[in-house]
Amino acid sequence: MMLVGNIATVVLVSLGAVFFLAGTVGLLRFPDSMTRLHALTKADNLGLGLVVLGLLPQVDSVPGALKLVAVWVLTQLAGATVTQLVARAVWRGGGRS
Amino acid sequence: MSLAVLADAALVLLVLGLALWINAASRAFPAVVGYVAFGLLLALAWLRLSAGDVAMTEAAVGSGVTGAVLIAASVRLRAAETEAPPLAAAPPALPLRLLALLLSGLVTAALAGLVLWTTGPAPSLADQAVQHLPGLGMGNAVTGVLIAYRALDTLLEKVVLLLALMGIWSLAKDRYWGGIPGPSRIQPTNGALILLARLLPPIGIVVAVYILWVGAAEPGGAFQGGAILAAMWLLVMLAGLRDAPAISRPWVRLCVTVGPAAFIAVGLTGFALPNGFLSYPDSIAKPLIIAVESVLTLSIAVILGLLVAGPPEQEP
Repeated sequence: MMLVGNIATVVLVSLGAVFFLAGTVGLLRFPDSMTRLHALTKADNLGLGLVVLGLLPQVDSVPGALKLVAVWVLTQLAGATVTQLVARAVWRGGGRS
Repeated sequence: MSLAVLADAALVLLVLGLALWINAASRAFPAVVGYVAFGLLLALAWLRLSAGDVAMTEAAVGSGVTGAVLIAASVRLRAAETEAPPLAAAPPALPLRLLALLLSGLVTAALAGLVLWTTGPAPSLADQAVQHLPGLGMGNAVTGVLIAYRALDTLLEKVVLLLALMGIWSLAKDRYWGGIPGPSRIQPTNGALILLARLLPPIGIVVAVYILWVGAAEPGGAFQGGAILAAMWLLVMLAGLRDAPAISRPWVRLCVTVGPAAFIAVGLTGFALPNGFLSYPDSIAKPLIIAVESVLTLSIAVILGLLVAGPPEQEP
């Protein structure tokens, strides 16, 4: 059982890291603000989600697991809002920056 | 082990690189954004040093609240910056810059030398401090030290916050004195921000109270909890759901002063009951400390919120 949990952790956290890497590459390489935001939100959303999912088997208490999930949910909430705000600011500024 | 060293080295390089970048930034706004990120990286560094309390304070106050104050300041300065870039206007002469580089390099080298070449363990009072903590009912040594051994420092910190707020208020024009801080933001335009400002505060208030409560035993405490409360309040103000209160309101004045006042009152009773200013009677040390911390949290939250809101700019 421990082994299954450990394997799940390694696989899921590595997958999450891949998403973060892809998001960072997108942030550096994409041509304008809108597409860069798109790349960033994918990293926030899926990357962090996979990392949290991967860490869950390593937590030994239910409150600890709930805290991890809460971190992901709150990051989603804040990330989505900030993305909206940045996108609107870019839009008002002429669509490009 | 070597992997951890590698990660730490990367963190240190990142912190130093970001610090250089912030100094080289030509405009205020990118520099401030860099400063906020710098604070979060520093928080990570504190965590690696097992200083959870410092990390939380750095993230909440150093990066969060100070970042908000600096962003507000840089937005105000933006107009002046585009007219005549003050940063590029008169760079210091080369000898002066070289001298600054030399002196700061010397300080860094001396500090590094002290850390790297001293032999034996560093002198520490940690053991003695931890020995007496059970008498206070505190499991978290940092909170115990802050609120009991160094109570005078902690009290003065709060008074300094109060003085800073007075300094900001004193920038108000005469006709706005006692008025509402900042330009009015009540304009329901941004749905996403309004949604966040309605969803997050209930969660944030619970988290703030939890952090205050858990501060007795684990990383957390009045400053961190107060900063989170202030953030929730600022979110509501930024989303335009509520304006900041007029600073002449009695409840504002009460909230701002009640924390330091309660601290001083408890400190003075130390003369009557135990043996001096700011000493707690053993039997009720923990309830007393938690009561003081709770009131302090409220004051810190209101003061930090008003610090970011700025000087009054609307008539009362």
